Amino acid sequence: MATEEDRGHDHSHEHAHGHSHEHGEMSELSDTQLRVRSLETVLAEKGYVDSAALDAIVEAYETRIGPQNGQRVIARAWADPGFRAALLEDASVAVNTMGNVSAVGSHLIAVENTAERHNMVVCTLCSCYPWEVLGLPPTWYKSAPYRSRAVLEPRAVLSEFGVILPDETEVRVWDSTAETRYIVIPERPEGTDGWSEEQLAELVTRNSMIGTGLAQRPDGKTEAS
Amino acid sequence: MSNTIHDMGGMHGFGPVKEEANEPVFHTKWESRVYAMNRAMGPLRLWTIDEGRAAQEALHPAVYTNASYYQRWLLGLEARALQHGLVTKEELASGKAIEANDRPNRIFKAEDAAGLTRSSFDRDPQGEPVFKAGDRVRTLNINPPGHTRLPRYARDKIGEVEAVRGCHVFPDSVANGKGDDPQWLYTVVFDGQTLWGPDAEPGLKVSIEAFEPYIEAV
Repeated sequence: MATEEDRGHDHSHEHAHGHSHEHGEMSELSDTQLRVRSLETVLAEKGYVDSAALDAIVEAYETRIGPQNGQRVIARAWADPGFRAALLEDASVAVNTMGNVSAVGSHLIAVENTAERHNMVVCTLCSCYPWEVLGLPPTWYKSAPYRSRAVLEPRAVLSEFGVILPDETEVRVWDSTAETRYIVIPERPEGTDGWSEEQLAELVTRNSMIGTGLAQRPDGKTEAS
Repeated sequence: MSNTIHDMGGMHGFGPVKEEANEPVFHTKWESRVYAMNRAMGPLRLWTIDEGRAAQEALHPAVYTNASYYQRWLLGLEARALQHGLVTKEELASGKAIEANDRPNRIFKAEDAAGLTRSSFDRDPQGEPVFKAGDRVRTLNINPPGHTRLPRYARDKIGEVEAVRGCHVFPDSVANGKGDDPQWLYTVVFDGQTLWGPDAEPGLKVSIEAFEPYIEAV
């Protein structure tokens, strides 16, 4: 159990770093920490987990496996029509032809935004997300507000992300209810003719690959056109 | 369980979506350990991804909503480790292994983290797919007591098959201890008004991934 002193410390720490945890978790943090430590110790002593392997998994997601992979994929799709076609045909196969992106298992599907259609991805039942190309999902993606509202009122959700779409645009929401995983190919911003893949990748935001954002424009703005 | 709090699509009352600026991959060390333990235990094949989901769905709705995301993963992992007899309550309380055990045949090692690709859920089909792209179908009105991946908002609704996604492990079977029972998987798309009535947002279409036993011809 957390003592008053623990709570006071946690509070000042959170305040200083400008982020907070949901659901009053802070007061139970010490209890949770102890439970996690206990579970890991017992599982390790009994040979079910290797703590060095856990370190390696954490390191992989903190350094190698993140939205930078998806950014490279989207930049190539913008720059290379043949790759774009291959990505839409079978995204798992297409991504695995890129040597600089970590390998992807089966069932990755790419869907493209057009002038007529905007795509947005959610998992209403849990938090399915294309880990291999986007890393681990942000807290909002796993939160009850997003999971409940994305299928019911995606335009309202999009407006909270600063994205306003014309009424005539189709909004297509993909609920990831099985082991297929979706990545959105956002529209390539205007004014980027002749840009290299490296330059283009800088314009691809994580949210634009989930569908709650658009790609950045060359002038640094992210608003809908 | 199927008709419980995890099935959130279409619910009201949770408030706005709040994005955290410059969010780190993990907020605390314990979150990273919980995630890594779950990933490392998967390849031991002691349980399946759907059994893992079912363990979280079995949490009381009040516990589910009050726990943070990684607290739910912790509670789900503890529950499975206990159910499968890997650990005892006494061991978790003391933080020490007490009882001897047979070591697992394989263990996730640090070098395995080089790949970290997801495993495939494709399985050999038992027959040809019944449906094809363009077919109109109705989802079944089912309320099973066990695990399912057909969300409530999309039950007993008419939609259109948009794509056949291959033949996959059937969650409703495997999570309930009845084996893979592979089934064809389809993307089925619904009009917003079909799901939400005349006040649906304009131009809305929502798709789910529906296993063949979830749908029937219209």
